[in-house]
Amino acid sequence: MTSELDIFVGNTTLIDEDVYRLWLDGYSVSDAVALRVRSGILEQTGATAAVLQSDTMDHYRTFQMLERLLHAPPKLLHQLIFQIPPSRQALLIERYYAFDEAFVREVLGKKLSKGTKKDLDDISTKTGITLKSCRRQFDNFKRVFKVVEEMRGSLVDNIQQHFLLSDRLARDYAAIVFFANNRFETGKKKLQYLSFGDFAFCAELMIQNWTLGAVGEAPTDPDPQADDMDMDLDKEFLQDLKELKVLVADKDLLDLHKSLVCTALRGKLGVFSEMEANFKNLSRGLVNVAAKLTHNKDVRDLFVDLVEKFVEPCRSDHWPLNDVRLFLNQYSASVHSLDGFRHQALWDRYMGTLRGCLLRLCHD
Amino acid sequence: MPGKLKVKIVAGRHLPVMDRASDLTDAFVEVKFGNTTFKTDVYLKSLNPQWNSEWFKFEVDDEDLQDEPLQITVLDHDTYSANDAIGKVYIDIDPLLYSEAATVISGWFPIYDTIHGIRGEINVVVKVDLFNDLNRFRQSSCGVKFFCTTSIPKCYRAVIIHGFVEELVVNEDPEYQWIDRIRTPRASNEARQRLISLMSGELQRKIGLKVLEMRGNAVVGYLQCFDLEGESGLVVRAIGTACTLDKLSSPAAFLPACNSPSKEMKEIPFNEDPNPNTHSSGPSTPLKNQTYSFSPSKSYSRQSSSSDTDLSLTPKTGMGSGSAGKEGGPFKALLRQQTQSALEQRGGSPHKFCRRREFPFFTLTAFPPGFLVHVGGVVSARSVKLLDRIHNPAFVGIMGNTRSYKLLDWNSFNSDEPETRDAWWAEIRQEIKSHAKALGCHAVVGYSESTSICEEVCILSASGTAAVLNPRFLQDGTVEGCLEQRLEENLPAGCGFCHIPYDELNMPFPAHLTYCYNCRKQKVPDVLFTTIDLPMDAAVIGKGCLIQARLCRLKKKAQAEANATAISNLLPFMEYEVHTQLMNKLKLKGMNALFGLRIQISVGENMLMGLASATGVYLAALPTPGGIQIAGKTPNDGSYEQHISHMQKKINDTIAKNKELYEINPPEISEEIIGSPIPEPRQRSRLLRSQSESSDEVTELDLSHGKKDAFVLEIDDTDAMEDVHSLLTDVPPPSGFYSCNTEIMPGINNWTSEIQMFTSVRVIRLSSLNLTNQALNKNFNDLCENLLKSLYFKLRSMIPCCLCHVNFTVSLPEDELIQVTVTAVAITFDKNQALQTTKTHAEKSLQRASTDNEELLQFPLELCSDSLPSHPFPPAKEHLESASSNSGIPAAQRDRCSSWIELIKLKAQTIRRGSIKTTVTVEKASPVGEGNFRNRSSPPCANSTVGVVKMTPLSFIPGAKITKYLGIINMFFIRETTSLREEGGVSGFLHAFIAEVFAMVRAHVAALGGNAVVSYIMKQCVFMENPNKNQAQCLINVSGDAVVFVRESELEVVSTQQPAANCQPSCTGGEVTT
Repeated sequence: MTSELDIFVGNTTLIDEDVYRLWLDGYSVSDAVALRVRSGILEQTGATAAVLQSDTMDHYRTFQMLERLLHAPPKLLHQLIFQIPPSRQALLIERYYAFDEAFVREVLGKKLSKGTKKDLDDISTKTGITLKSCRRQFDNFKRVFKVVEEMRGSLVDNIQQHFLLSDRLARDYAAIVFFANNRFETGKKKLQYLSFGDFAFCAELMIQNWTLGAVGEAPTDPDPQADDMDMDLDKEFLQDLKELKVLVADKDLLDLHKSLVCTALRGKLGVFSEMEANFKNLSRGLVNVAAKLTHNKDVRDLFVDLVEKFVEPCRSDHWPLNDVRLFLNQYSASVHSLDGFRHQALWDRYMGTLRGCLLRLCHD
Repeated sequence: MPGKLKVKIVAGRHLPVMDRASDLTDAFVEVKFGNTTFKTDVYLKSLNPQWNSEWFKFEVDDEDLQDEPLQITVLDHDTYSANDAIGKVYIDIDPLLYSEAATVISGWFPIYDTIHGIRGEINVVVKVDLFNDLNRFRQSSCGVKFFCTTSIPKCYRAVIIHGFVEELVVNEDPEYQWIDRIRTPRASNEARQRLISLMSGELQRKIGLKVLEMRGNAVVGYLQCFDLEGESGLVVRAIGTACTLDKLSSPAAFLPACNSPSKEMKEIPFNEDPNPNTHSSGPSTPLKNQTYSFSPSKSYSRQSSSSDTDLSLTPKTGMGSGSAGKEGGPFKALLRQQTQSALEQRGGSPHKFCRRREFPFFTLTAFPPGFLVHVGGVVSARSVKLLDRIHNPAFVGIMGNTRSYKLLDWNSFNSDEPETRDAWWAEIRQEIKSHAKALGCHAVVGYSESTSICEEVCILSASGTAAVLNPRFLQDGTVEGCLEQRLEENLPAGCGFCHIPYDELNMPFPAHLTYCYNCRKQKVPDVLFTTIDLPMDAAVIGKGCLIQARLCRLKKKAQAEANATAISNLLPFMEYEVHTQLMNKLKLKGMNALFGLRIQISVGENMLMGLASATGVYLAALPTPGGIQIAGKTPNDGSYEQHISHMQKKINDTIAKNKELYEINPPEISEEIIGSPIPEPRQRSRLLRSQSESSDEVTELDLSHGKKDAFVLEIDDTDAMEDVHSLLTDVPPPSGFYSCNTEIMPGINNWTSEIQMFTSVRVIRLSSLNLTNQALNKNFNDLCENLLKSLYFKLRSMIPCCLCHVNFTVSLPEDELIQVTVTAVAITFDKNQALQTTKTHAEKSLQRASTDNEELLQFPLELCSDSLPSHPFPPAKEHLESASSNSGIPAAQRDRCSSWIELIKLKAQTIRRGSIKTTVTVEKASPVGEGNFRNRSSPPCANSTVGVVKMTPLSFIPGAKITKYLGIINMFFIRETTSLREEGGVSGFLHAFIAEVFAMVRAHVAALGGNAVVSYIMKQCVFMENPNKNQAQCLINVSGDAVVFVRESELEVVSTQQPAANCQPSCTGGEVTT
C-alpha cells in the first residue's frame, strides 16, 4: 500500500511556523521530518511518523506554491488563491525575507551577479547554511536590488512599499542594496570583526548624508534619472572632498588643528599622550581617505582604509571608546576655528557621517 | 424579451505574460451570452489592463437568463497569428433573477484556464433589468429560490413544505464526441464545462417550474449531481424539497403562539379504537429480503398519478400498512384523509396531480419544530444497472459498430434518454416508498440519491429515514399556532421521536421494544438508525462521535451483464457486514443511536467498497446498549479460552473507556419503573434490505444473524478474529478532539467563531499481489484511520475542537487505486464556558406539549389505539408486553399499527425538532444591510484588499447570524495538465486545483456581496492520472449557498446604534463598517 496522492487544503491556508522555518532553512522533507521528530512533537501529539511526513509534505507544497507570490509580496495580498489572515501574510513575508547574519556577511558588498551565485556552495560549506537557503537569501537580495535599483525616492520607503517588509528589515535591505551597489569591500580579514549591524549602521548614515537623496532634489543635475537618489554616492560631493586635503597638506593648518584639539582635550583623555603623538597620522589618514573617494576603487576600500588608518592605531594604543568619541568630536569641531579653512559645510557633511561610522567600527 | 443583461468589464490584474519578447500582454475581453458576443478594446502592453468598457447589453428572455451562463473570455491580441486565450470566467446570473438576493454581481474573478489554472483576475460588473412579471412566463421559473441547505434557511419561515421535486436532463458528453478526437484538450474541457453549466441552468429552471406548479416559491435541500456515464452520456439530476417560505421580518413572527386549537381534534387521541389492528396482510415474516436483481432492459412504466392505489397511503393492496384506518372509526378516517391529502394533493391544480404526489420524500435533515413526529428507521434501496443503450431502440441497430453511432445526430435519441434514467430512479423511489410504508410511516425524510459508475455498470442508491410527519406544514392554509398543552404529562421532552411508528404486534422485523426510558409510556426500539440530523431538542446523554464502517470485497473482473450480476450478488453481503460493523462499533462506544447515516457503496473494476459514516449518540429515551460477548468455538482448549477471555476483557475495557470519554452516564433506572427487563446481552439486530425492483421478489434472504445473538461474536475462524481485532483498532481521536458527520455535535454548543473548512484527498495504490479481502479491508481501514489522524494532527492548534459534518467519499478510479475524499469543518469550542446544553425542563416540556399535541391529533391514522397483547409473537416480545400491561401503562398508549416490512435497516425512531428557542434567537436578528459586510468581516489590516469569505458545510456559522441568502453557488471545473511532474506530481496538481476551486467559489460569493458559503459540499472530485504520459485530469463539482452574515457581537452594536423601528436592510449600509 503506497500513498499516491495525499493532500490537505483548508479554506484558510494552514501555516505551521515551525515547518516554515525548516523550509526556509532549506531542509529537505525527510530532514525536516527527522528534525521535527527530534523536537518531540510525536510525544506531545501522539502522532505517528507517517502523519508527520504527510503533514510536512503538505506544508512544503503550500510553501512552494506561495513562493511565487512571495517574490512580489503585494501579489500575496491581492491574490485570491490562498486565504491567509493579514497577520500571517506579514509573518510569511517577513520570514521569507529574513536572512542569516553569517550569510549576509559573506556577500555584503559583492556584486549580486551570477558569478557570486556560483560561489554560494562555498559559502554554504563555510557557514553551514544549506545551499537552498543561501540561494533564497541571495535571490532575495538580488530581487530587491533589481526592483529598487531604478527607482527614485527613499530607498527604505521603496523597499517597504514593494516588499511590505517591517521597518527594521527594510533598513537592513537598504544597507544590503547600498553596499552591493557601491561594492564596498567587507570581506577582508581585518574587517572580519565587524558585524552586519555595524555595516548597516554605517550604510544608513552614508545614505542619509552622502547620497544625492540626502541633499534633496539636486537642482544642478540636468538629468534626474542619471543618478539613483539613495543608492549612489553624491559624485559632486566626493569630488569636493579633495578640497579637504588642505587640512593636512598645509603645515600651519595641521599644527593649528592639532593644538586646538590638544588644548581642548588636555586632561580629559586617558590616552592623551598617545593621541598627541599620533594626531598627525590620524588626521592624515582621515583626510586622505576623503580625498581618495573620487576613485571607485578607493570608495570600495573605504572600510578597509578606515580600519587601517584609524581603528587599528587606536586599538594598538588601547584607546577607550569614550576617548575616541571625545577625540572625534573635538577633532571635527575644531576645524570650525580654523580661519584659513573655507570648506566648513563640506567638512561637516564628511566628518559628521564618518564620526558616527568610526565610533561604530571601534570595537573588538 | 423580458430581460436585459448588462455587463461591464472594468480591469484586469496579474495577467500572465503572453508575449515573451516584451514580457507583457495585449489583452482584450470577449463577453458572450447565448449567441451574442461583445468585445472590449485591446489594452496594449500591460499585465494590469484597465478596459473600463461600456455597458454591454444583452436582450434576452428569462428562460435563457436561467439556462445560460455568462461567459467572459480574456485573450491576448496577436496581429500575425490567432489570438491566444488567457482564460475564462463563467458567471451564473441566476442570483440576480430573484428580488431578495443579490442585485449586482461585481468584483474580481479569477481567470481560469483548464490547462493552466488561474491566470490573473478580472473585474466585472453584471446587472439584470427584468421587464415583465417574472411568473408570467411559464417556461422560466425566475423567482424561485434555491437553497442547498437541508433545513429551513435561517432567515426564513416555512409556511408550507410541499414536498419532493426531482428532474434530470441527459446529454452526450462532449469528451466522447467524435469531434473530441480533433480538438484540443482545452476546447474539449471548455465544451464540457459549458455544457454542464447549461444543463444545470436548465435543470434548475425545470425544477423551478415544478415548484411554481405546486405553488411553492423555493427549493430547500437542493442537491444536484452529475453522472459521468462515459460513452452513454452525461446525466445531470437534481432533487429537492419544494417549500413556500416567508422572509422573516420581525422577531416576533416566529414565536409559537399557543392559541385555540381545534376542539374536536384534541379529543382524538382518546378516541382511539381499543382494538389493535390485528391484521397483517403482508407476509408475516419480517426477514424478507429481495434478491439484488439488476435489470438492464427491464421496462418500467411510470406509475401514473391517477392511480392512487399503489402510491397513496391508504393501503388497498396487500401492503397492509394502513388498514387500521378502516377500523379506526369515522374520526380517524377523516383525519387519515386529511393527512393523506396533505401529502398527496399538495400542489394545487388537480390536473397537475401527478409527479409531486408520487413520492412523499423530503431532502431535509432538520425540521421546523413540530414537523417530525416519529421516525421508523433507515430505508434504502439500491439497483444495479447497465449503462447500455439497449433501452433505446434506435441504438440497437448500430451498437454493433461501437463508434459509428457517435456520428449520428444525438438529438434524435436524446429525448428518450431521460425517460430511461427517470424510470430507473422512479423504481428506486417506489421501493423506498414501500419500505417506508412497511415501517408504518407515510414519508421519508433526510432523503438522498447517489450513483457509482464503473465502466458500463452503475449502482443507483437511495436512502432516507422513514418518518411520520405533521401535516400542518404540508397543507395550504396552515393552522398557525399550537394546540393546548393537555397531554403534556404524556409526552415528556426529547423522546417523542423515538417512539415506534409501527405496530408492536406486527413488527416489520424482530426488535426488542421497551418502554421509553424518558417518558416510560411509549415503546421504543433498542437501537435507532437515521439519516437525519439529531433534532435540537433530543435528550442526549454525553457527547457523540463519528462511527464508520469500512468494507472491501473483491470481485472478479467481468463484462456487462456478468459484471452486473456479480455486483448484485455481492451487495446484500456488503450491506449486511456494513451494518454489523456499525452495530458493533456503536455498542463498543456504549451508544444506542446513529444519526446522519450515509452508506456509500462504490464499484470498481475488481472490487466493491462500502463506507458508512454516522454520528453515534446515546439517546436518553432508548435503553442502555448491552455489551459485546465473545464466544469461542472450542471451549475445551485452555489457552484458547484464555485468549477469548482476554479479548472479552479488552472489549469491556474499551466500552468502559468510551463511556468515560464521551461522558455517557445514564441515570440508573430501576427495572420496575421501566416495566420490562431487557435481557442483557440479548439484543438483536436485523438487517433487512432489498434492492432493486420492489414488486417481483424472487427469493427471501435472511440477513439477520439467524438464531444466534447478534452481539455474541463467535470466534470460529481467523476471519472472525480479524473482525474483533479491527473493532479494537479504531483509535479514539486525541483528547480535545471530537468528530461527527452531522451539523451539530451533541453535547457541545459553546462554539467559538473560529472555523476551518478543509478538503483532504488521499489515493493509495494497492499492491496487486495476492490481494485478499482481509488485506483489502486492512488497507482501507488504515487509509481512513490515517487520514483522520492526519486531520487531528493538522488541526491541533484549534483544540478544543470538533470536526463537524465529516463527509467521506470513496471511489475506485482505477484497478488498484482507492481514493478517499474528506470535506469537513473544524470548529473550536470554548471548554471553560460550557453552556447549559439543554433547555430548562419547564421550557422544554412546554414546547413539547404543544407540538406533541399536534402530532397526536393530526396523525390518528397512525395511532391504532393501544394494543393489547394477545398476539403470538416471539417470546421476548410477550415478555415485554405482559410486563408492560402489568405495570399499568395508561391506555392512551399509542401503539402504532404498522405492518411488516420488506426492507429496513433497523428499527429506528426519530426525533421531532422542537427547538423553538434557537429559532427565536435567529429571528431576533434585525435585518442588517447587505452592503459592506465584506469590509466588516475582513480583518483590520490596511493593506488587505481581499475580503475574507468563510466556507462551511454546515447550514450556519457559529457566533454569527445569517442575514441574507444571495443565491446558490453551483460550479463545475475541469483541470487538466500535460506536465504533471513539473506541477509537483499528482499531489501538487490536485492541491493547486482544489485551492483554485476554493478561490473561485470565494470570488463569486464576494462578487455577490456575500461573506460566506454555507452548506458547502464537494459533490464530485473525479481524478484521473496517467503518469507515464505525464498527464492528469480532474473534475470537481461544488455547491453551496452564498450568504451574508453578521457576527453576533457586531449585531449588538448595530442594533444599539439603530432604532429598532427603521431597521431596514439598506440603512445600516455604510456606517456600520469600520
